[in-house]
Amino acid sequence: MVIYLIKRLFAVVPIILFAIFLMFVLVRLSPVDPAQAYLAASNIHPTEELLAEKRQEFGLDRPLIVQYFQTVADIVRFDFGNSYVTNTPVWQEITTRLPATLQLALSSILVAIIVSVPLGFLSAVYKNSWLDHFSRLLSYLGASIPQFWLGYVLIFFFAVKLDLFPVEGRGTWQHFVLPSITLSLALIAIYTRLLRASVLEELEEAYVLYGRTRGLKEKGIMVKHVLRISISPMLTGLGMNLGKLLTGTIIVEQVFSWPGFGRFFIEAIFNRDIPVIQSYVVLAACLFIVCNLIVDVIQLYLDPRISREGRAQF
Amino acid sequence: MARIRTALKGKWPFAICSGILVVFFLVSILAPWIAPNDPIQVNLALKLMPPSLEYPLGTDQLGRCNLSRLLYGARVSLGFATLIFVASLGIGLVVGTLSGYRGGWIDALLMRFCDGVMAFPNLVLVLGIVGLLGPGLWQVVVALMMVQWVYYARMIRGMVVSMKEQNFITAARISGSSNWKIIRRHLVPNVLPPIMVMGTLEMGWAIMDISALSFLGLGIQPPTPEWGAMIHEGTSFMRSNPELMLYPGLMILFVVISFNVIGESLSEQFGVKRRY
Repeated sequence: MVIYLIKRLFAVVPIILFAIFLMFVLVRLSPVDPAQAYLAASNIHPTEELLAEKRQEFGLDRPLIVQYFQTVADIVRFDFGNSYVTNTPVWQEITTRLPATLQLALSSILVAIIVSVPLGFLSAVYKNSWLDHFSRLLSYLGASIPQFWLGYVLIFFFAVKLDLFPVEGRGTWQHFVLPSITLSLALIAIYTRLLRASVLEELEEAYVLYGRTRGLKEKGIMVKHVLRISISPMLTGLGMNLGKLLTGTIIVEQVFSWPGFGRFFIEAIFNRDIPVIQSYVVLAACLFIVCNLIVDVIQLYLDPRISREGRAQF
Repeated sequence: MARIRTALKGKWPFAICSGILVVFFLVSILAPWIAPNDPIQVNLALKLMPPSLEYPLGTDQLGRCNLSRLLYGARVSLGFATLIFVASLGIGLVVGTLSGYRGGWIDALLMRFCDGVMAFPNLVLVLGIVGLLGPGLWQVVVALMMVQWVYYARMIRGMVVSMKEQNFITAARISGSSNWKIIRRHLVPNVLPPIMVMGTLEMGWAIMDISALSFLGLGIQPPTPEWGAMIHEGTSFMRSNPELMLYPGLMILFVVISFNVIGESLSEQFGVKRRY
């Protein structure tokens, strides 16, 4: 197990290096000149001398390979450069905004789990009942509704018409309700289907039959054995859908004016704030990889049968 | 009639969704002929009008015909989603076949590259690319293509590798077929059907992504009618004219749900695993 973990950790390093490399290439390929973008963002009229000075300051006159290693070295030290707009270190901007985004993400995961565990489990146990059909409909809807639209529809009905929840912003628990529902519906769609499929698979197993012939209570077999084992694929789903959650936060934060990291990223795109864009993408990749790693470890812990070879690459 | 009924038994969602998609594709092709008005004709005297004979779904904040804009919107969404699908399938086919058929260091290099791209959450990378290239429709198309082809390449490569060892390929090789002929006549025709199934699901994603980017203001720029952008414009008039944002959202919902239902039932039939 320890060897497996160390192997996995080492496998992560080249991927993160590649992520940095890809961003680096994209920045250099982009028609936007960082020096010009910087001056435009700070409302300074660009003159030739100023541009040259900035280029030198950003190290753009040095050989590309040196620039790349400089970038890697900076990122390893959590130095993501300064934002062109606010002129404060990007890392500082991130750490002030990240808690809001994480709160939103966690509360949506919570909502998703609370809804999809019973729904997925029951729709497998009562296969082809009205509940099963309902959960199927819900999962199709969840997979097909554009999140930004869902957000506005919820605002329209629950904030504007019924006046139950605030339209936007962050503060009280009421502020969490609509964004969390918006963000979690896509996750509910996936988890419900995943859990339903894995419960159906487990029901075919011999131990269920054995339990029944021994005369154990149906409820006990279901909850104690079937459900417990079936949860595991949901964990994989959690890791794999982190990307969806992350992009979801960008859109939901935009809709509900949530003062998080995603909204900052969109603002940065409009301002051509290259250091912010670059660090968001690299950090998102790192977060994605690390969370998948954590999920793998939890799964290994829950189910030691999982062979080392059978695992996905990352 | 009875035969049609038995053929459709239990498959009515599939049939309905195919019908919806056919209608939407027809609408997107025929938009200039069936739209009652010019979708970008501004007429401030007629702004936010209720439905009338001339404007069946009313007008928006600039007096443009809502129905016409919705119909033309189908053109943008479906047209560009198809373009992205065809282009990324093309790139994926070339890279995947080359990688799987040749093997060796080319395979290793290309697949490591794919792994790297897949390490990013999809839309985050797309947003990053758009952010660096600057907002605009073509930037969005290029960014989505750059991200999507990887999944096709990965899948095609896997299929080619397992197919390469099968008897019919060996037989073709023994009978003296050139590599090119084997690829063209034997590998590609066998690879395509499952890939098309996957493509149906990807089309739904592409439409959602295009509209999401337009909603964020990074994709299609006004005045071009596009559903995501229309929702964005409509939100400012939510209190007085909620239909401005409701209609385009319903359009996206119908199209994407149709692609998903069709893709899912096809993938059940073909035994293709869905990528979540």
